[in-house]
Amino acid sequence: MLVYLIRRSLQSVVVLAVMSLLVFVGVYAVGNPIDILINPQADQADRQRAIESLGLDKPLWMQYLVFLRDALHGDLGHSFVHSTSALGLIFERMPATLELAVVAMLFAIVMGIPLGLWAGLKPESLSGRSIMAGSILGFSLPTFWVGLMLIMVFSVMLGWLPSNGRGETVSLLGVPVSFLTLDGWRHLILPSTNLALFNVALMIRLTRAGTREALMQDYVKFARAKGLSNARVIGVHVLRNILIPIVTVIGLQFGALIAFAIVTESVFAWPGMGKLLVDSINFLDRPVIVAYLLVIVTLFIVINLIVDLVYSALDPRVRLQENKG
Amino acid sequence: MLLQNLRRVLSAFVVCASLAIAATPSAQDLRIGVAADVTSIDPHFFNLFPNNNVAEHIFDKLVRMDPDSKMIPGLATSWKTIDPMTWEFKLRKGVKFHDGSELTADDVVFSINRVPNIPNSPGPFTAYTKAITKIDVIDPYTLHIHYATPYPLSPNDLSTIYIVSKKVAASATTEDFNSGKAAIGSGPYKFVRYVNGDRVELARNDEYWGDKPAYAKVTFRIIKNEAARTAALLSGDVDAIEQPPTADLARLKADPKFTVTSKISHRVIYFNFDFLDRSSPYITGKDGKPLAKNPLLDLRVRRAMSKAINRKAIADRVMEGQAVPSGQLVSDHLFGFVPTLKADAYDPDGAKKLLAEAGYPDGFNLTIHGPSGRYVNDEKIVQAVAQMLSRIGIICKVETAPMGPYSARASKQEFSFHMVGWGASTGEASSPLRSLLATFDAKKGLGAVNWGRYSNPKVDYLIEQALQQVDDDNRKVMLQRATQLAMDDLGLMPVHFQFTIWATKKGVQYTPRTDEYTLAYQFHAIK
Repeated sequence: MLVYLIRRSLQSVVVLAVMSLLVFVGVYAVGNPIDILINPQADQADRQRAIESLGLDKPLWMQYLVFLRDALHGDLGHSFVHSTSALGLIFERMPATLELAVVAMLFAIVMGIPLGLWAGLKPESLSGRSIMAGSILGFSLPTFWVGLMLIMVFSVMLGWLPSNGRGETVSLLGVPVSFLTLDGWRHLILPSTNLALFNVALMIRLTRAGTREALMQDYVKFARAKGLSNARVIGVHVLRNILIPIVTVIGLQFGALIAFAIVTESVFAWPGMGKLLVDSINFLDRPVIVAYLLVIVTLFIVINLIVDLVYSALDPRVRLQENKG
Repeated sequence: MLLQNLRRVLSAFVVCASLAIAATPSAQDLRIGVAADVTSIDPHFFNLFPNNNVAEHIFDKLVRMDPDSKMIPGLATSWKTIDPMTWEFKLRKGVKFHDGSELTADDVVFSINRVPNIPNSPGPFTAYTKAITKIDVIDPYTLHIHYATPYPLSPNDLSTIYIVSKKVAASATTEDFNSGKAAIGSGPYKFVRYVNGDRVELARNDEYWGDKPAYAKVTFRIIKNEAARTAALLSGDVDAIEQPPTADLARLKADPKFTVTSKISHRVIYFNFDFLDRSSPYITGKDGKPLAKNPLLDLRVRRAMSKAINRKAIADRVMEGQAVPSGQLVSDHLFGFVPTLKADAYDPDGAKKLLAEAGYPDGFNLTIHGPSGRYVNDEKIVQAVAQMLSRIGIICKVETAPMGPYSARASKQEFSFHMVGWGASTGEASSPLRSLLATFDAKKGLGAVNWGRYSNPKVDYLIEQALQQVDDDNRKVMLQRATQLAMDDLGLMPVHFQFTIWATKKGVQYTPRTDEYTLAYQFHAIK
């Protein structure tokens, strides 16, 4: 177990280093941030001063070495445009995105698994078919369009919910969260629904397929033959067995929710990390872009690790060990 | 234990819920949806439009601009030249900072000296302060500002420098401004809260020396997506927005619950020609082979292209009426406007004749470049121009890119014919002339954005003279003559002045501004 964890962390460090180099070179290739940042009224001397003050006059390899040196000291640099530390900026925005992603994921689980189970148990019924038809919509409608439609219907036409932004926040262990206030929930409902839609559809399909497969298995037939109640057969025997692929997908999708909340965040003006990334790319604010991607990669690594651990808890046959393949 | 915790959370929930309900907006509140992100509250850190827009509320300046971009007294009640190289500014007495201390000449000197000393500034205000050689404090309300050469633009320059409190800012960092600790100015609003990427909250300064703003509490909501911004207004989440998309204007205008106001902006949209003597990179003959000679060096070709553009159609159709055709660099309210200089009339036949005379009876192939998402309808304008040029035989392709990579390439003369916009933020024709049409010269600091590399010694001479001419009437004539010469040459091709648009809910009125700012103190409640 310990060896496994050490090996995983070493792999992660290599991934992070390669990743930072790629992003560094990539952003450098796009253009010089000063071209966008500096006010056009500035003359050539002002430009040169700004370039020097941000350290952009040095050759790329030297800029990267400076970045590496600072990174090893836990400093991922200062944002060009905000003048605050890049990591600080990301952590300031992170609670909003995490909150949105968690609510969306819970929504997907609470909606998707029961509906999928129903559709799997009664595949030929009208309700089962309608659920499947609905899930196709969830897959195929583009997020930004659904977001705007939600706003048009629930904010503009009905006036029930606010059209954008994050609601009143309260501090929970020093982190500002909005899910403890009514105003916060009013602001959360539309964007989290929008973000969850794809995953609701995904959960429905996965659960349905798993259920249908499990129902054919001998152990289910045996359980029924033993005279167990229907609730116990489905709730314990079937559900537990189909959960393994679902947990994997939940893990992966949770990472994707955080990373791809960008569209939802910009449609709903939600002050999260995704919006920060888009703004930073527009400014070519390299320290923030690099730091953001490093944070996301770290997040994916951690999520994958957790998924592996949950796996072994759910299925005793899975053992964490060194992969000597 | 668990139950207790649950109860605590629940009661917190109830308290917060009642708070949320209590915080419904009153008539004294104003919520404004703005289009761009505020990156800092420090007014000297980054010369960026949305940052300045917030600073306009919290901080004062010596000289202010009225809605028509004319200079009016701010902290300075009067200003004059003592000799051509020295300006005297008289300060307003009894102006208090938000912390109660009095604003004096020392604070002004401190603020001007702070500008070049901000660490890591990505876009400093030094362009407006570096000509200053020395500042003498004569008494707490009188300043003498010295320059190395005769310098007419001192008041224009100082209309961009925000005055901070020496006492507070001397030891403050940019982060102290963002947290609010150092965001102490003397402006009509006090800083309340800044949430990065989300909002800026302000409260009325009841001690303000000038007109009292109508709204006591102001929230700027940052909503970059234009459809979402319009939706926020429609749903009543905000009371006013800037820059509604032109496609939504018809709907907003038809709805009696909303009002749309607009005003001609100081921003001119124009095209640069490639003036380098080379085989221009994006021009080929009709056979697809590069042309040895750059056809744009011929004035007849440039004139033909200008005549081929139906500016009125662009203003009416592409811009939905939110633009006015232009044949020069500044609009009629601004200093240096040439009343007799009109935009080229739409004349495709004349254009074809000129092309034939220049030796291109069949035209040539051209790729037009433009930015995307930077100016109002920028991509659509480029496409319209491409179609119009194709009609006279110049077969066009269009390539657009976000401003970052786009400007990086444009400033290296990688394009043949490309679109840009320019805001004359000092309110004078000298601003576009010196940056766009003066010959590129890093030593003199001229032609910094002259991306086409137009060069005419006569124009340069007039611009350099005008920049040292303290007498306003003389300077105006020089700027007008420089403009006339450069436009006769088509050193660049203006298309139009865009309008800045605001939409408000009924009962809220905005006094629109040429400089595009959305200022809370210019909103008023009406019946």
